[in-house]
Amino acid sequence: MSTNGYTSWAVDLAEVGPIYPFQGYEVLMVIVGVVFWIGWHRIQFVREGEHLEKARHTGDEEKVKAQLERY
Amino acid sequence: MDGNLNALTTVFTEFYYWVTVVFMFLIHVGFCMYEVGASRARNHMHTLMKNIMIIPLVTVTFFFFGWWIYWAFPNFPFWGGLDTEAGAANLPWADTMATNLGDRITGVFWAAFLLFSWTAASIVSGSVIERIRSSALWVHAVMIGSVWWIIDAAWGWHYGGWMVRVLGYHDAYASGVIHAIAGGYALGVIMVLGPRLGKFAKDGTPRDIPPHNPWLLTIGIFLIYTGFWGFYAACNVPAISPEAIDGQITGVTWTATNIYLAPTTLSAITFNFLMSLSGGLMAAYVISKGDAFWTFSGGLAGIITASAGNDLYHPVQAMIIAAIGVVIVYKLHYWVERRFKLDDAVGAVAVHGYAGFVGLVISGFVLWGVPSSPYEGYATINPVGQITGAVIMFFVLGFLPGWILAKIQSAAGVLRIPEEVELQGLDYAEHHAYEDAKAAIIAADKEELAARGVPAE
Repeated sequence: MSTNGYTSWAVDLAEVGPIYPFQGYEVLMVIVGVVFWIGWHRIQFVREGEHLEKARHTGDEEKVKAQLERY
Repeated sequence: MDGNLNALTTVFTEFYYWVTVVFMFLIHVGFCMYEVGASRARNHMHTLMKNIMIIPLVTVTFFFFGWWIYWAFPNFPFWGGLDTEAGAANLPWADTMATNLGDRITGVFWAAFLLFSWTAASIVSGSVIERIRSSALWVHAVMIGSVWWIIDAAWGWHYGGWMVRVLGYHDAYASGVIHAIAGGYALGVIMVLGPRLGKFAKDGTPRDIPPHNPWLLTIGIFLIYTGFWGFYAACNVPAISPEAIDGQITGVTWTATNIYLAPTTLSAITFNFLMSLSGGLMAAYVISKGDAFWTFSGGLAGIITASAGNDLYHPVQAMIIAAIGVVIVYKLHYWVERRFKLDDAVGAVAVHGYAGFVGLVISGFVLWGVPSSPYEGYATINPVGQITGAVIMFFVLGFLPGWILAKIQSAAGVLRIPEEVELQGLDYAEHHAYEDAKAAIIAADKEELAARGVPAE
């Protein structure tokens, strides 16, 4: 059993093509990848929005002044 | 990969592009350093994170659809349909887009284009620092890096692209296809985004917002210069036979070519890279009266101006064209800033956008009548084609998409950070835990010293 179809490299490399595991599931892997990408944007977007909203009201005046002085 | 010569050429080409990719990584390092150096201390981590996350987001989307666009869009939609045949091998589920002993070049070739994508997105990132939401910028990064620039590459930076065939468009080292489009896109975004607080006085006079760390900025731009070498090399095909080109070149002499498979040499682009860098630096020094940052940026703007034709120019032409470009770019930057109250924080619109545009226009005159391609029936290089190309790059594929998306984000209230957060700084807002932990550990150390009888201050 081999996940990429090869159990030995005793082969003529001219005859060898793809050697990654789970060949035949490429479309499924891409769907998983796209979901991961879109999901990341969603999580980051929601989190940043909440964070900025919270940050609007949490600025300590003295600390903000100190930040401005730091340049 | 049968036969020794074939194997050697394949391995050399693989390795050649692989090295260019490593060099081009330095462009991104340089952009990060430049942006952080230019931002104020209270925005450092946010600025850095905003740029760094361009890398994964553009990479995965360029894998999912960007690379396919390049191969499928050369004539789409105005001059033919999608080239599904060429696109098929570059779909994300194609077995050539993976570990495959029957295809050894697609991955490195993909990566060479991908690094250009990072650059396009990073150019936009610099102009919007200290006030854009990261989430908004990252959507722009995906759009410029994996959609708009690669459409322009399919049209004008592909041996079969319609702009090359019909307009005689010539842009060997990407004055337009990377720099004009990214500068135009950045202009569209900052027009909607607005300036940083304090950038303009009440009477509208622009204020300079000096970089907080000039050294970081300097090293950053020098790294961009360094990475630009890799960029130039990546724009060439290093060694190819006339037979493989399958065009009109006769004889059996192998050559390096530009992206259009028209002949050039590494020697030529080495001369011209350095002479255009020099022309840009010298002109910027004079026009800015020795301003360090404009001088450094002028070197870059000089290369960008000459890049469209640096495969063919004489080195002195490259130098003069670079110098002319820099003078125009400098004047235009300040005129636009005053006239339209725009805050281009790192001068990206000017250095990349205006320089790229001007470079295309100049090349149309200097290279008038020169063949754009080794293939029969293609238009030769000409001013109308280059000016049209410059407009397509800067306005049609750059400015308009950036402006429209920024308008949508602005209308939805997700483009710009709140004013209160801008004032207190994004690092305080987003990384207050880090700042608080730092304060706590400093206090603890002082306490420890005091306990030992050593005055803390």
